[in-house]
Amino acid sequence: MKKNIITLTALLALFCTTASAQTSTAVTPKIDSGDTAWMIVAIAFVLLMSIPGLALFYGGLVRRKNVLNVFMQVFILVAVISVEWIIIGYSNAFSSNPIEALKPYIGGFDWAFLNNIGINDLSPYFISHSQPTADGSTIGTIPHIAFIMFQCMFAVITPALIIGAFAERINFKGFLIFSVLWSIFIYNPVAHWVWSGDGWLFKLGALDFAGGTVVHINAGVAAIVTAIMLGKRRDYKGHAIPAHNITYVVMGAGLLWVGWFGFNAGSGLAADGLAANALMVTHIAAAAAALTWALLDWFLDKRPTIVGISTGAVAGLVAITPAAGFVGVAGALIIGVTVSLICFFMVAYVKPKLGYDDSLDAFGVHGVGGIIGAVLTGLLATPAIQAYSGAAYGNLHQLWVQIIAIGATILFSGLGTAILFLVVDKIFGLRASDKQEAIGLDETQHGETAYTNFD
Amino acid sequence: MKKIEAIIRKSKFEDVKQALYNAGIEWFSYWDITGLGKSTEEQVVRGQVFKSGYIQRRMVSIVVRDINLEKTITAILDSAWTGETGDGKLFIYDIEETYRIRTKESGPEALYNKEESAKN
Repeated sequence: MKKNIITLTALLALFCTTASAQTSTAVTPKIDSGDTAWMIVAIAFVLLMSIPGLALFYGGLVRRKNVLNVFMQVFILVAVISVEWIIIGYSNAFSSNPIEALKPYIGGFDWAFLNNIGINDLSPYFISHSQPTADGSTIGTIPHIAFIMFQCMFAVITPALIIGAFAERINFKGFLIFSVLWSIFIYNPVAHWVWSGDGWLFKLGALDFAGGTVVHINAGVAAIVTAIMLGKRRDYKGHAIPAHNITYVVMGAGLLWVGWFGFNAGSGLAADGLAANALMVTHIAAAAAALTWALLDWFLDKRPTIVGISTGAVAGLVAITPAAGFVGVAGALIIGVTVSLICFFMVAYVKPKLGYDDSLDAFGVHGVGGIIGAVLTGLLATPAIQAYSGAAYGNLHQLWVQIIAIGATILFSGLGTAILFLVVDKIFGLRASDKQEAIGLDETQHGETAYTNFD
Repeated sequence: MKKIEAIIRKSKFEDVKQALYNAGIEWFSYWDITGLGKSTEEQVVRGQVFKSGYIQRRMVSIVVRDINLEKTITAILDSAWTGETGDGKLFIYDIEETYRIRTKESGPEALYNKEESAKN
């Protein structure tokens, strides 16, 4: 009995000392298992958007002589951009530049090869969940490495989106070199502007929850520039060339929709109410946009088409991306309906009028949808979600900031893409030869055929 | 013995199939084809309406005994007809010889199932 009392007293004493220690000094920040678990799932979801989501969506839309070429383009971008990302991409986009004048525009090389980043380091980037550190600053709740890999998947899918513009007529070597350079010189800086703590658009207060500006406007503008500079496909007669496998298009659009839950609901970097709201508005906007496109098809062209509803869903997902952390259900519905109305008009009437050959409407859906989403974020952001108000809630300034961010991205991406295109075209050549294009890029670039007659 | 090859609208395939059954045709093969030429047809892709030279049709192929030729031709002509441009075409070929692999019989007998006919 006496022994027990002693043990008890010792325990009590120990408890008291630890309790007082906790109150006197700051808690050591630690990894939150719930947030981290969700982020790891979200990372996998965003990879699912590229392969096989986008690969199937684009692969189904091209002719069957080019389907493998599209698959290969997406697949190799996943590989090469991931490597680029850990070598310099992440550091350029998210680290702090030692040169003061460059700080707002591009990161430094401190984190090249993920140097100086340990497995238990916490993410310096956070949205809704954060914790105080010993030195009084604030830090996120997920591992830094989880943040890096989440951003890696974004870096991968952005150049892959541009494929839709130059599909069916680009030579593979030129494409690969162009895409890697584009990632380094266009994507990384724009990501730095908008998402890094030093970025000039971030400091200006531009709202881009999951990449409407960085991913979709950026890729969409690069898409129209490359489509125009590369010229039309040899068989382009001023109208879309019908999809070779619409079942792929549906599978691709479906996987994009699922993956987008990781893309948007993961962008809060935490498993909380904000993530749930982001998932909800993402789903509602996609549904509203898909429905709107199907009804437009039905009323204007007699029948609701499957390619149409798939395109509508993707347009809705694009438009809700920047807004997912700032709008509620009403905003999601407005964004979903508006984006389909405008993108349908762009793809069905404006594109044929202007005569450029954006093979799979990378600009018509991602560029235009991204711009609409970014503008509507400035209009519809509601203080009920996060502490940001749009013009509809009395903050006209936000709309102005959004327009500056959109304009800056269009200018930078447009000019930068044009310069990169000229350089790569001059040195390596970008356009496939007329004969290669006629035979198909599967056979001429890869020596493989998608649909064979062998057992 | 003749071979009939008919290019028909996909939308009329069910009608043609029923008409062939009604005419007593036991077996035929078919496949989807794409034609390309001067004529065009309206297509819709992502809201864009345009005329396309690539035209989707179905090819039906039947080998018949001479006694069944007329009624087969009539069955197809009637069932595949809409009166609009693009109803399709029908070609008749001579068949030199037919063999049934299982029984090794040849000639018109190889074209229909005697055992089945006897049972009915």
